[in-house]
Amino acid sequence: MSSHNDTVTIAPEAVHLAKGSVWRLLPILGVVLAAAGLGGAFALRGEHHHEFWFAYLVAWYTFLAIGLGGLFFVIIQHLVRAGWSIAVRRLAENVAITLPVLCLVGLPVVLFGMHDLYHWTDTAAVDADFMLSNKKGYLNEGFFQIRVGVYFVIWSLLSLLFYRWSTTGDDDAERAARNADTARGFAAPALFLFALSLTFAAFDFLMSLDPHWFSTMFGVYYFAGCCLSIHAFLTLVSIFLRKSGYLKGVVTDEHYHDLGKYMFGFTVFYSYIAFSQYFLIWYANIPEETIWFGYRIADDFLPLTYLLCLGRFPIPFFFMLPRAVKRNAWTLGIIASWILFMEFVDMYWVIQPVLAHHHAMASGDHHMTMHLGPLDALTLVGVLGVFLAAFGWALGRKALIPVKDPRIAESIKFENF
Amino acid sequence: MSKPSKKKVYGLLAEYDSAAGVFHACEQVRDAGYSAWDSHTPFAVHNLDKAMGLKPSVLPWIVFAMGMTGAISAITLQWWTSAVDYPIIIAGKPYFSWQAFVPVTFELGVLLSAFGAVFGMLGLNRLPMWYHSLFNSERFHRFSDDKFFIAIEARDPKYDPERTRKLLEASGAAHVEEVED
Repeated sequence: MSSHNDTVTIAPEAVHLAKGSVWRLLPILGVVLAAAGLGGAFALRGEHHHEFWFAYLVAWYTFLAIGLGGLFFVIIQHLVRAGWSIAVRRLAENVAITLPVLCLVGLPVVLFGMHDLYHWTDTAAVDADFMLSNKKGYLNEGFFQIRVGVYFVIWSLLSLLFYRWSTTGDDDAERAARNADTARGFAAPALFLFALSLTFAAFDFLMSLDPHWFSTMFGVYYFAGCCLSIHAFLTLVSIFLRKSGYLKGVVTDEHYHDLGKYMFGFTVFYSYIAFSQYFLIWYANIPEETIWFGYRIADDFLPLTYLLCLGRFPIPFFFMLPRAVKRNAWTLGIIASWILFMEFVDMYWVIQPVLAHHHAMASGDHHMTMHLGPLDALTLVGVLGVFLAAFGWALGRKALIPVKDPRIAESIKFENF
Repeated sequence: MSKPSKKKVYGLLAEYDSAAGVFHACEQVRDAGYSAWDSHTPFAVHNLDKAMGLKPSVLPWIVFAMGMTGAISAITLQWWTSAVDYPIIIAGKPYFSWQAFVPVTFELGVLLSAFGAVFGMLGLNRLPMWYHSLFNSERFHRFSDDKFFIAIEARDPKYDPERTRKLLEASGAAHVEEVED
């Protein structure tokens, strides 16, 4: 039965966090975690500047994946004028609005961490290296900082714009309808900006850790992780919100089902991209390309590679295959947590072998040793805290759904076949 | 010309004016315990499967079995041809280079899944079907236009010309007729 012209009555207490709600403590918890984590890591770093910055980059990029995923989710749902997603779109907007804060977390990487992270900032080494001196036009500190500034401005601006268009319509249905049109019109150029900035940021922050290596698929590889992370995070948050009595009759099993379908779809997408990247390099067998995978299947990192391969494809794929799994809060919550955990594993797998290789060369035994210590845990907790503080603040600030969106009724009544 | 005495009854056909009408009628027919019956609507009506009490389709299992068959046979074929029957070194790589076999494995898995979905669907719907008794009814032709129908077959063990007709009329049917087989 068509539901397009129907209206729904939404109970205000279902979509607004209550005064004494535990959710209101989220920003405080976040700030405590951030201070403890980042402060602890900073205090513990001692002489281990490399370890600190590599761990910091892993933590930052893990949560950046959720933030950027949130921005992508908002843009794409506007662009295609999706109906089902409006009930969870505000949650994604709250995720996207963490981006300005996450950009601040990234600022120290550019300002203080560059020399510990990026080999190509060593001008003497670059001049002595034929390949790197040829890349100097792109890989130099000044241009790097300009590019990063541009990414941060794009991400912050886009998230703020879409957030404002959505929230300013909360009291005024007419304005909400107008804003929805504006957002849809702007979604296409926004997607362009988003795609380019995300791709080049992945090149700059992650791929240039190993400046000899290159893969044109690297940007979309990271993008696949972003998509997985945001759908997993939205799933978890809506499950927890529903368990604590919010969003009753607003976010339904039907929305779980769709979020599950997206997690499933992007699991396949990620695997397709990740395998394609590996496959081309494996087939061509050119040393300067294969060495990147060489580090990651060497010594300590081989089990991690197996975990990545299994945990990113066969486990979530077969687990999420049945319809019932995607309609049950428990099973869906388990796999969503797993996907978020695997995003961390993925970032660790991309970033840390570079440092391990550096150590292997310096120590002379050429053994790739995997370190997982307090610095990794503390930075992860710290950036999680920052993320939760920003997200929790946004969550309590406005309604949990865009209450006056012209098609909110359609979204709430949405049903799968 | 067919003789009236040889006329065989297919079942009863009830016509409804709205999707909501047929939806609630389906619930009543379901609750009355009929098994050999179906509903016909010009467009997909959400949750009609639940109103009819239909069990989930077995189609996903067919697709899964076909997909797995495709993937396993593809990898087996490539292993056997490249590593057993005619081993040949390509680009200095091992005979059984699974990486090189993934695309074909993936494609054959997808292909057989799609076959399973399409032909499984046709098979479960018993299509193509060249004759269906319901088209003996003039009124039924509007099922693809603006009318909604429920047809209860005479072979249903619960079927009784009088009581079934009463049930359909009570469920809000605009018109109930007997259809020839």
